Amino acid sequence: MTTVYVPRDSAARSVGADEVAAAFAEADPSLTIVRNGSRGMLWLEPLVEISSSEGRIGYGSVTPADVPGILAGTAESIGVVDEHPWLASQQRVTFARMGRTDPLSVDDYLANGGMAGLRRARTMTRAEVVAEVTESGLRGRGGAGFPAGIKWKTVMDCPDGLKFVCCNADEGDSGTYADRMVLEGDPFMLIEGMAIAAYAVGATEGYIYIRSEYPDGIATMREAIKRAEPWLDGFNLETRVGAGAYICGEETSMLESLEGKRGMVRAKPPIPAFEGLFGKPTVINNVLTLATVPTILAGGADAYQSLGVERSRGTQVFQLGGNVARGGIVETAFGITLGELVEGYGGGTRTGRPVRAVQVGGPLGAYVPTSQFDLPMDYEAFAKANAMVGHGGIVVFDESVDMAAQARFAFEFCAAESCGKCTPCRVGAVRGVEVIDRIRTGVDRDENLAVLEDLCELMTDGSLCAMGGLTPMPVRSAINHFSEDFEARQP
Amino acid sequence: MSEPPTSEPDRPRRKRREAAAPSPASLVDPAIAAPVRAAVAACREQRGNLIPILHEIQRTLGHVPEDAVPVLAEELNLSRAEVHGVITFYHDFKPSPVLGPKVQVCRAEACQAVGAEELFAAAPGLCGTVEQVFCLGNCALGPSVAIDGRVYGRMTASRLREVLA
Ligand SMILES: Cc1cc2nc3c(=O)[nH]c(=O)nc-3n(C[C@H](O)[C@H](O)[C@H](O)COP(=O)(O)O)c2cc1C
Ligand code: SF4
Ligand code: FES
Repeated sequence: MTTVYVPRDSAARSVGADEVAAAFAEADPSLTIVRNGSRGMLWLEPLVEISSSEGRIGYGSVTPADVPGILAGTAESIGVVDEHPWLASQQRVTFARMGRTDPLSVDDYLANGGMAGLRRARTMTRAEVVAEVTESGLRGRGGAGFPAGIKWKTVMDCPDGLKFVCCNADEGDSGTYADRMVLEGDPFMLIEGMAIAAYAVGATEGYIYIRSEYPDGIATMREAIKRAEPWLDGFNLETRVGAGAYICGEETSMLESLEGKRGMVRAKPPIPAFEGLFGKPTVINNVLTLATVPTILAGGADAYQSLGVERSRGTQVFQLGGNVARGGIVETAFGITLGELVEGYGGGTRTGRPVRAVQVGGPLGAYVPTSQFDLPMDYEAFAKANAMVGHGGIVVFDESVDMAAQARFAFEFCAAESCGKCTPCRVGAVRGVEVIDRIRTGVDRDENLAVLEDLCELMTDGSLCAMGGLTPMPVRSAINHFSEDFEARQP
Repeated sequence: MSEPPTSEPDRPRRKRREAAAPSPASLVDPAIAAPVRAAVAACREQRGNLIPILHEIQRTLGHVPEDAVPVLAEELNLSRAEVHGVITFYHDFKPSPVLGPKVQVCRAEACQAVGAEELFAAAPGLCGTVEQVFCLGNCALGPSVAIDGRVYGRMTASRLREVLA
């Protein structure tokens, strides 16, 4: 009997996966159709797979019109998907199951390594679990790269009582979508990771704060939590939906929002590990951080730690987006170069024109020129180059990009999404837009570039959080690497 | 110690006024007050439940009307200013209903790299009200547009016209 896999991931659906699944069902009602997660080879979506004795055979960019040919065996395939070089050359650790399974099938999950981490954790003491996470070298994947084990230890060491584990699934950074793929494509993995965290720190309640732009992720996560109930051992897990505010991805703003308030950033200290949600000790981790924990517990800290370079251990789930020929998920050990990701896996631009700039790490990350393509993906190496790895999003631009416009947008975005608590950010962002407009129209260019630099310095030093504090990063990188774009425009 | 005598005559009068004046919440049209109270009831068990309640109101009424404020303030024992402050902080809660489908065009960087600004500029001509959104998590297949929450990738002006037809 033939099984047909048509992804249910919203990226696949965005280019017609539902219509393709319907066409298969209509063409042959005896087919078993599985709506799997996406493999992350997004440029080939809808990527249909057909079971065979050699493995699952893939067909890329399928439309309903292709269905008869695929069933008759006359359509051109990309071969066995697991052997496709783009995929086979990666080191899929966190995303090991992604796309292989039906995301909501408990049986699939258990048959593919699920629950091994939580089972092992429960045979260990809480301190042993935390030590394992610390030794793995796992750092927060939400942007700041703070060691996960150290955060957990702080919460574990707080006196017992009400404690929380909060998963940050706000994923507001442009160019990032790996969190969304976990929510939609392997939700039990996140639940398992949160259950391990709860066990380790002694938390009884957990929240997954998901942005409202991800309705499919919310629905899948809610259903998965229902099905996972028996594993949770009294840990009370709920989803909460954001309301269209980027700043709510900042952890203290997220806590305010979870408490039912305006998402105003809190001053630190106290850090959330001591006084977090409703003033109680709280672990806050990104989706990918928590989703990686089951693998670490199942395979041991050493296995994870053996991957990567320097202080960036393990793998990162890189996300290629923007003007890129082969966009999608590349999970591989830290240390791969930016160029290998963009030119190698990404295959350059979608338009076929030369790459001019890539923005790494979301809207607050730097624009990197091709001359720096030999930079290794490593938190510290990027920081040294005045850039950041962040959540691993890589957005490609071709030569038609106007970098002054991109710098202007960085300020525009900050002005739109600032929580308004501090002046450097709230006022600085608006001023930034005005100053760049003057530069672009040729009004006192040099003076205004100096004003812009002062403004960047003020925002960097004087902002309460990284929204205002890092907005200068894309701006300065644009000026430093692409100064020619800041010449006056011809009227 | 007893109260200063000067305040004595005042007290009964103030009390009477309080009893007579209807609460701001009780003046709200039941067509709004009822669903608002139902939303509160539906989220009663949740901690810090104002955001889930507002989502529920937005879902049932298509917006969060100004008149919801006194009802929520009364139900949740908050000041009206606090409730108002929360509603206006979040882009998802709309002051008035939007007619027709909710069209959100992504204007964030990954979509800009493949022509989102041009699409955003062209969209109002195709479908009336258009919202900007910063990233829909579909950054490898942009430009992305969400229509009533459903994401469409590799969008062009002509495809948008087709989808909305
Ligand atoms: C403006 C701003 C937006 C942020 N957005 C997110 C986000 O969407 N998701 C996320 O996990 N972290 C985000 N962060 C980082 C969080 O504040 C926090 O560091 C993170 O959730 C901690 O988890 P981690 O240690 O596992 O990375 C943001 C930070 C700032 C300043
Ligand atoms: S830097 Fe901006 S977003 Fe952060 S606290 Fe200040 S005003 Fe709010
Ligand atoms: S930037 Fe448009 S979908 Fe992410």
